[in-house]
Amino acid sequence: MKRGRPAAAIALTGAFLLLAGSWAVFTAGAAPDEGAQQTTIPPVPAQVAYESTADHSLFPNLQQDFKTGPEVTAACLYCHGRAAAQIMKTSHWTWICPRAKAMLEEREHIAVGKAEHIINNFCIALPSNEPRCTSCHAGYGWKDKTFDFTDETLVDCLICHDQTGTYRKFPTGAGHPVYARDFPEGRVFGGKTWPPVDLGEVARHVGKPRRQNCGVCHFFGGGGEGVKHGDMDVTLASPDRELDVHMAVDGPNYRCQACHTTRNHKIAGRCFLTPAYAERAFALRGMEENLLACESCHSARPHAAAKNKLNDHADKVSCEACHVPSIAPRKATKMWWDWSKAGERTPEGKPIVRKDPELGESVYDAMKGEFVWAKDVVPEYIWYDGRIKHSFMGDTIDDQTPYSAMRQQYIGRYDKMDPGKPVVRINWVETHYDSAGARIYPAKIMRGVQPYDPVNKSLVVPKLFPGEPNSADAYWKSYDWDRAITTGMAYAGLPYSGTYGWIQTEMIWPLKHMVAPKERAVACRECHTRSREGRLAQLPGFYLPGRDYNAALDWVGIALVAGAILASLAHGLARAASRGKGASR
Amino acid sequence: MRRVKIYTRFERFWHWAQAVLVILLALTGFDIHFGWGFFDWELGVSLHVILAWAFLILVVFAAFWHFTTGQWKQYLPAGGGMAGAMLRYYLGGIFRNESHPVKKTELSKLNPLQRIAYALLKIILIPALVVTGVLYANYNDLAAASLGVIAQLHAFLAFLMVAFMFGHMYLSTTGRTFWSNYKAMITGWEDVEED
Repeated sequence: MKRGRPAAAIALTGAFLLLAGSWAVFTAGAAPDEGAQQTTIPPVPAQVAYESTADHSLFPNLQQDFKTGPEVTAACLYCHGRAAAQIMKTSHWTWICPRAKAMLEEREHIAVGKAEHIINNFCIALPSNEPRCTSCHAGYGWKDKTFDFTDETLVDCLICHDQTGTYRKFPTGAGHPVYARDFPEGRVFGGKTWPPVDLGEVARHVGKPRRQNCGVCHFFGGGGEGVKHGDMDVTLASPDRELDVHMAVDGPNYRCQACHTTRNHKIAGRCFLTPAYAERAFALRGMEENLLACESCHSARPHAAAKNKLNDHADKVSCEACHVPSIAPRKATKMWWDWSKAGERTPEGKPIVRKDPELGESVYDAMKGEFVWAKDVVPEYIWYDGRIKHSFMGDTIDDQTPYSAMRQQYIGRYDKMDPGKPVVRINWVETHYDSAGARIYPAKIMRGVQPYDPVNKSLVVPKLFPGEPNSADAYWKSYDWDRAITTGMAYAGLPYSGTYGWIQTEMIWPLKHMVAPKERAVACRECHTRSREGRLAQLPGFYLPGRDYNAALDWVGIALVAGAILASLAHGLARAASRGKGASR
Repeated sequence: MRRVKIYTRFERFWHWAQAVLVILLALTGFDIHFGWGFFDWELGVSLHVILAWAFLILVVFAAFWHFTTGQWKQYLPAGGGMAGAMLRYYLGGIFRNESHPVKKTELSKLNPLQRIAYALLKIILIPALVVTGVLYANYNDLAAASLGVIAQLHAFLAFLMVAFMFGHMYLSTTGRTFWSNYKAMITGWEDVEED
């Protein structure tokens, strides 16, 4: 026997593997929000970094003691003559999605936006509730249907351009701030005093919008901080890298407009059936108007060549699916809103409010019903191409088909929905795995219970906010649903049978913000797993390695391997037992 | 008894390199398929692909060797009903300690059943695994490919490969002595009966 040969063979094998290894290639817009409650807006740094060639604090026509917002606007328009006309074309003014119009021709030419037709499962709908909702309108005085959308002085320049952080619209002021003329001592809302705004001081300190400017409305959508969006709250005003890798104050410190590219007051964004961007292509600032897609800067193959398998995902998996790993990472967002529970009052008639001691958020409010809040939770995932279909006021709804018959599966870790009962989808995606452009996106699915008309089979518009004069028709005054719905539906010009019921609803809110640094990106096995807890456990329509398998083929395969082992064992034992018998073995 | 060189240095290298690669490919592959979690997912997938490339390169070298040396003829069917004789031996004769029906020589290393089994392995199973594996790794660039079909087929073929491996490991103990085949595949040398 020649010794050393096996060792040589092993060494050679090792060398070969190393060699082979070294050659180897691893292939391996949000629309504006109704209702805001600017109670916890973050402090704004005193110094203002001017990016302009003009110093507004020196302008002669700004050296005056403005009484009202429209007076300031008139002064702005003296120089910025086209600004109001530009704003008036945008959804910040119209609250109607301009580009979706053409796509909705099959729906009797109606325009889509929360100004008309749109209903949701937060504060439900705008009509008859204007003064509260329009505290987030980029204008002054939209208190009812009579608002003049053509009056340029009603455009609110300051809400977006204020650099002092002192300009705030009063929550129920139909878009007006608190004026010293009317309320020299300030005006009270929600137990807090809103001081009068020094309009001259604000007018003399204007500049390009900062995160706080967008945030005064968009962080508070749905009537409070973080209520509506699962990916926007006050923490985005000065985020660290952990929270948002692009906006990080210790990083690039981007403003919203870095992605929501803006030209002539037209801000890039998504609305309903109009996707945020048309192409997932690399884009150059200055050459393209729209840099909204991650791909605009990162390209469609953003990972290093050594991680090419990750790039391979990008055709079917959105960037957000891995890089927006959780809903509401820092501050809780509302996941469930049950209007049917509203109205609980003390024997003395005082509306009851109950708070979750841990989250500090109200889990019950007699005005609004029951809530479930959630913080830092796993999103649901949908096949989505940037287009969301939306139901409208007056649409006929299906109040019979149970949810479980509509969707294959329901996770609902953070709501109280009963999947055995019907659910109206207020908005929905019609895309699936095979749809062109559809990719896996993370979403917050807002669920709740809201009033509907079981005779006319439609969701209803209740009048919630009393307004001026303090109308007892409003639910928040009389706690009478029938009266509130009758008033709201009449105002909206929709039929109401006089009977109301309660129905479950759900609404999709795709997650796009709070992009985490790569260390916090979703790990492979959170999706590539057979676990029922896997992030994509319920997403249908495709084969996901690690999650999916053919049970029959697997069992046949296992049986073959086990058979080979067992047959070998049996044969070997029989050989051992027959040793010594017969001839010379 | 005569001591002969049955397996050349390259054959032994090829055999054991292939063995190591198949075992590692099976471990990483089934870890991906079953989600055991032995490896971090990304590491497991990377290893599986690197090992697959190593395997492909080895296959190319082996094929070159087979054709240049003419050793591919070892896999031609024996004929003359010898395969049946082998089968009868495995199912009966071996328990009565009958002598092996086929003599092993330098010129004819494989018994008739081995010829059939290895030919099937090399002509069907390994190419099928390689083809489904390449499709699996590159399905993104294949417009009409169904990942589900490719992946499940690849996994099933891998089960066959593992089943083969266990059978092969056992049947290798049925040589002249219990360990003689193993020793031959390690050292290259084996004692064969003289004519």
